[in-house]
Amino acid sequence: MTASSATPSSPSTAPAPAATRRGLRLTRLRDYGIVLFLIALFVGLSLSTDKFLTESNLKNVIDGSVAMGLIACAGTIVIIAGGFDLSAGAIFAVSAIVGVKVSNDVSPIVGMIAGLLCGCALGLINGVLCTVGRINHFVGTLGTMIAYGGLATAVSGSGLLLINDPSFGNLATTEILGFKLSTWILVAVALFCGFLLSRTVFGRHTFGTGGNLAAARLSGVPVHRTLAAAYVLSGAVAGIAGLIVAARSLSVSPTTGANLIFDALAAILIGGNSVLGGEGAIWRTMVGVAILALIANGFNLLGIDPLYQQIVSGTIILVAVGADAWTRRRA
Amino acid sequence: MSGEAAAQPHIELRGVSKNYGGVQAVRDVSLEIARGSVHAIVGENGAGKSTVSKIIAGVIPPSLGELRVAGQPADFASPRQALAAGIAMIDQELAMVPARSVIDNIFLGAESRRLGRLDTRAQRRRFEELIEQTGFNLDGDQHVRSLSVADQQKVEILRAIARDAELIIMDEPTAPLTQVEADQLYEIISDLRKGGTTILYISHFLDEVLQISDTVTVMRDGLHVSTKPAAEETEASLVRGMLGRSLELAFPQRRACDPASAPVLEVRGLTAAGRFADVSFDLRPGEIVGMAGLIGSGRTEVLRAVFGADPVDSGEILLGGTQLRARSPRALIDRGLVMLPENRKDDGLVMCRSVAENTVMAHLDDVSTNGLVRRDRQRKAVGKLMKDLDVRTSSPDAPMSSLSGGNQQKVLFAKCLMGNPRVLLVDEPTRGVDVGAKRAIYDLITSLAEEGMAVLVVSSELEEVLGLAHRVLVMRRGRLVANLDAADADEETVLSHAFGTAAAAA
Repeated sequence: MTASSATPSSPSTAPAPAATRRGLRLTRLRDYGIVLFLIALFVGLSLSTDKFLTESNLKNVIDGSVAMGLIACAGTIVIIAGGFDLSAGAIFAVSAIVGVKVSNDVSPIVGMIAGLLCGCALGLINGVLCTVGRINHFVGTLGTMIAYGGLATAVSGSGLLLINDPSFGNLATTEILGFKLSTWILVAVALFCGFLLSRTVFGRHTFGTGGNLAAARLSGVPVHRTLAAAYVLSGAVAGIAGLIVAARSLSVSPTTGANLIFDALAAILIGGNSVLGGEGAIWRTMVGVAILALIANGFNLLGIDPLYQQIVSGTIILVAVGADAWTRRRA
Repeated sequence: MSGEAAAQPHIELRGVSKNYGGVQAVRDVSLEIARGSVHAIVGENGAGKSTVSKIIAGVIPPSLGELRVAGQPADFASPRQALAAGIAMIDQELAMVPARSVIDNIFLGAESRRLGRLDTRAQRRRFEELIEQTGFNLDGDQHVRSLSVADQQKVEILRAIARDAELIIMDEPTAPLTQVEADQLYEIISDLRKGGTTILYISHFLDEVLQISDTVTVMRDGLHVSTKPAAEETEASLVRGMLGRSLELAFPQRRACDPASAPVLEVRGLTAAGRFADVSFDLRPGEIVGMAGLIGSGRTEVLRAVFGADPVDSGEILLGGTQLRARSPRALIDRGLVMLPENRKDDGLVMCRSVAENTVMAHLDDVSTNGLVRRDRQRKAVGKLMKDLDVRTSSPDAPMSSLSGGNQQKVLFAKCLMGNPRVLLVDEPTRGVDVGAKRAIYDLITSLAEEGMAVLVVSSELEEVLGLAHRVLVMRRGRLVANLDAADADEETVLSHAFGTAAAAA
């Protein structure tokens, strides 16, 4: 066994700068794969039907995804923090019902505040159960989802509740600069959540807690408070979403919003957020929401047989997420 | 040992390269591993040793070049195929299912079958044979998670032997072991070698490598530097090959600390049932105190308890003369006591976040106003710490996982030091860190003490403890059994206290 020496090279300091820069940029491109898919979907729809690229259609698409989008935004923060809020759809219902009842008894404004506070309270219960209560996040919010669902039925007397004061509807329908108030609320909440995550100490706490709970705790991060706050935010936002949907039809029923959570979770994950926590961004969730909204819109406009809609939609989702996963983690 | 030059090499690499994106982990490496020999690979973190072994074990494919096993080209698509070719790997992070039994783990992936069902009797028979053959003292039905690390390793070795492995790759096997357990491992390796098994051994411990191997390969920056019989190398020559320059391996000079100064940390009668009992000690400013003891003696538990990470049953802790009532990591960090945890991946760093985020995580208030993070202040603070500690990274926004072990450890130090603590508790300062970074960390600890910081170092490397500390505490089975001045602390004395073989001390 003889020696074959390496050519004397510089000691292992920073790697060859050119190679790294190219490598890093390529990774960046891969990170945005899902955005390319969204753009492709948008272009494809614009080309396949002229009913797509109209002002009224696009505004409808955006406004129609407000409820799901709101829940997905706040749900993103919970997931990044390492939690999981399955009960958001149920909180949506209970808050709306409480809001409507109080509105009928007192006034719409007080009703909306009551609905919002209800969402916060239900979220806080989730937060306490999953931190101090030491219940697994998935199981805990599954339990509250069922319990809150029952609460919705009980409080509403299991029937449709009508809103007496039509000014309640202003929450959803008021137009500002051509867009409905509900749309603006979605934009505001998305921007706020994005701001929270990227610019605040709370955001750092969230990423740390979700990224490595033990390490965050040993770094002095208040992990329980962070998770609880995320759940309260999720509850509050679900409440707002519930009030908006009630405002649209001036009525609410206990089964409203039951499937929202699954669409919201799909949007969060399609956008490329990690279900394990510690990584992610609100823009990703918004991309996911947009993709799901466009798919549904496409079905309507193209008149796809409802029989096949679910198969097509599931396939598109698999393609989108698969392509994203494949390009992102090439070891 | 590596005698029969005419015989075909067991494993051969020809011009093997591996790149990840733009990064070349291994460049044009060619080497031969002789059958029935103990062949070691040494190199700094990032030199490519683990990558080479993973290529041989079928965990990752080479980007270029050829792997030959027993003269035949081999193109493994998975570790399973490598196993079928007689190659087994025991990784640094032991790969077992903690909730399953020893027997289940040994036969995982190669279960005995009879008529489509699991043949537990055949497995148990084979297990008994293996125990007989190796002389290991293991209970087949015990759950793996309740075993010590040393015993878990034995399970991994049995797993390799059960598959009739002809080549066993061991990556840093002695890092988590005590000297006694390491010696047992050397025996095992020697027996395996006598039985004709080839061993590929990766380690940072150069003395160990020279002791047990026949041939040593040195790698640097992904390149093959040399492959020579171990007899022709010395620690110094290996270091020269690894770094491309010489390195003074001795410990930095420590300045004597003032024995009259008031202690900054006083621990009195700390007790936690099942973990430790009646632990009392002092720490003075500028003092480096080492804490030695066998694995399981309670050192980490004491550190975590002082830091407030775990609760205690009774006892007092005084910091700067004031008794500490509220004990949590946050409370202690705010009062100037910080702990560097034993396991940086599990407890110290958030691997998916960036270097900068990890560095400031314990002191976010110092780089923010009213809850808003100020990027400029963060950049300044991080920049200064990176420079002071000489952390090598492409950018402060690089993910933690892209750094070498040594640099990750430096970032962990940076995080702990950001608030200029008065007391630093360090648990295994150089675990999984290469020679160059080790020395840098020793220099760091010594200079921190010179500037007045009190440092408590827990380490399983006795050499490290003796080289750094002004005083040595020894733990045994949860109790503090010795408090020795550097002058009185030598390897034999410390070990005899750790094992409990010392006569009743004066």
